[in-house]
Amino acid sequence: MTRQRSLFEIVGPVMIGPSSSHTAGAARLGGLARAIIGQTPCSARILLHGSFATTGQGHGTDLAIVAGLLGIAPDDPQIRDAFALAGAAGLTFSFDEADLGEVHPNTAQLEMTDAQGREWIVRGSSLGGGDVIVTLVNDFPVQITGELPVLLVVHHDQPGVVAAVTARLAADVINIAGMQVSRERRGARALMLIATDQPVAEEIAASVAAINGVTSVRQVPAV
Amino acid sequence: MAYTSFAELLKAAETHGSLGDAAIHREVEDANSDRDTVFERMSQTFCVMEEATTRGLAETELSRSGLTGGQAAALDSATPRIIDGRMRKAIAAALAVAEVNARMGRVVAAPTGGASGVLPAVLVTGIGSAGATRDDAVRALFAAAAVGGVIAARATLSGAAGGCQAEIGSAAAMGAVAAVELAGGTPQQAGHAAAFALQGLLGLVCDPVGGLVEVPCVSRNATGTAVALSSAEMALAGLRFPIPLDEVIDAMGQVGRSLPPSLRETALGGLAATPTGRGLSSRLCRGVGCPNG
Repeated sequence: MTRQRSLFEIVGPVMIGPSSSHTAGAARLGGLARAIIGQTPCSARILLHGSFATTGQGHGTDLAIVAGLLGIAPDDPQIRDAFALAGAAGLTFSFDEADLGEVHPNTAQLEMTDAQGREWIVRGSSLGGGDVIVTLVNDFPVQITGELPVLLVVHHDQPGVVAAVTARLAADVINIAGMQVSRERRGARALMLIATDQPVAEEIAASVAAINGVTSVRQVPAV
Repeated sequence: MAYTSFAELLKAAETHGSLGDAAIHREVEDANSDRDTVFERMSQTFCVMEEATTRGLAETELSRSGLTGGQAAALDSATPRIIDGRMRKAIAAALAVAEVNARMGRVVAAPTGGASGVLPAVLVTGIGSAGATRDDAVRALFAAAAVGGVIAARATLSGAAGGCQAEIGSAAAMGAVAAVELAGGTPQQAGHAAAFALQGLLGLVCDPVGGLVEVPCVSRNATGTAVALSSAEMALAGLRFPIPLDEVIDAMGQVGRSLPPSLRETALGGLAATPTGRGLSSRLCRGVGCPNG
């Protein structure tokens, strides 16, 4: 899917250097991982693949990912101080190089633990110009770019759940911009990923969570 | 959608009065916004360019790798020997912004982080000359962005895809457009200026030492700025490049696709593969587990 190019993508984005892919994109990836888990994690083991591993340090990829996890924006000079700020925020982190297989050269996998002790795996790539895509959340392959708010609906693979969820959103005049459904296997756990043109209010998300067959609902804001 | 040919952009400029106004008009339509909002956003963008220029000339701190830093201030304070005036100031400004980028400061990708020095250098030094105001500079930035959009649509702005000609070459073409627009030249002259700039850097390879946006990227911002200003000067004097800008852009895209991967940001060829380039690279702390700073 090619996006319409705004002039502010040609002269822009405003970013912390040196590299839109290795620094700005890395910060955005960290920020998107934070948005997906809904908080700054307590610990993060960060696996760097390909060009992220070989030139990441010189580009500040490591600082940028940690900054993103702390909620620091890609154009915020505090990126340079991210390691010190992580200490103050109670985030412990480590980096390792890894071969993640046939993935984009600028890929990172973030293995995190949140304040409730839950473990998360978020994998994503920096595509250039500050654009990113998250391709894996825990066991599910996904496509999350952070451009639009996304509703993550974990549910049971059974007839009618998708229809019930989309009908619920339609009832509140929420337009669905993009949608993806995947499942572990037939009749097992499944994930609905719904990109919406506007954020979904908490009470609507709660009513989606109450639909028969739905296990959990999480809203990931645009970053 | 962005303009996909300079010919189309020229037509729009006839309708709207200038390249910059044509670009603003299209952006307002695309973003479903209004002129003031869009103009203000570009004004803020230009503000970041101005800040980066000032900071880069004042600071001499080295980059995290230690490969670059301090050369903008050194040039700025040295006695002029061969060139003087705006050209010299612009070259110092280009180095300044590129050094800020290398030391993880705030810049505007224009069109990329590695080529972020050219447009600020051209515009910051152009305000005041021939009565050009800051608003004129912002409008010129729109014109430059529109031409950058044409390059993105027809070729590429990525060094990994098309070599440095796609980054510094495009920045020089955009800078040449901005300089002509700011000096009150015609849209046609801006097109010739962009063509002069891009043809002058056609084939330039992307060969960063150690894969970092530092050597030769920082000094190539000075090169691109000099090319942008000389191209604009030629076009404003009425000189014409015989091959239309759209075709020059297409040629740049074609040359980029023919470049071997070793010369497209992989750090396997060109200056990166010289004995000294390899030596500098091997002394860098690489990958993970390096100390911070």
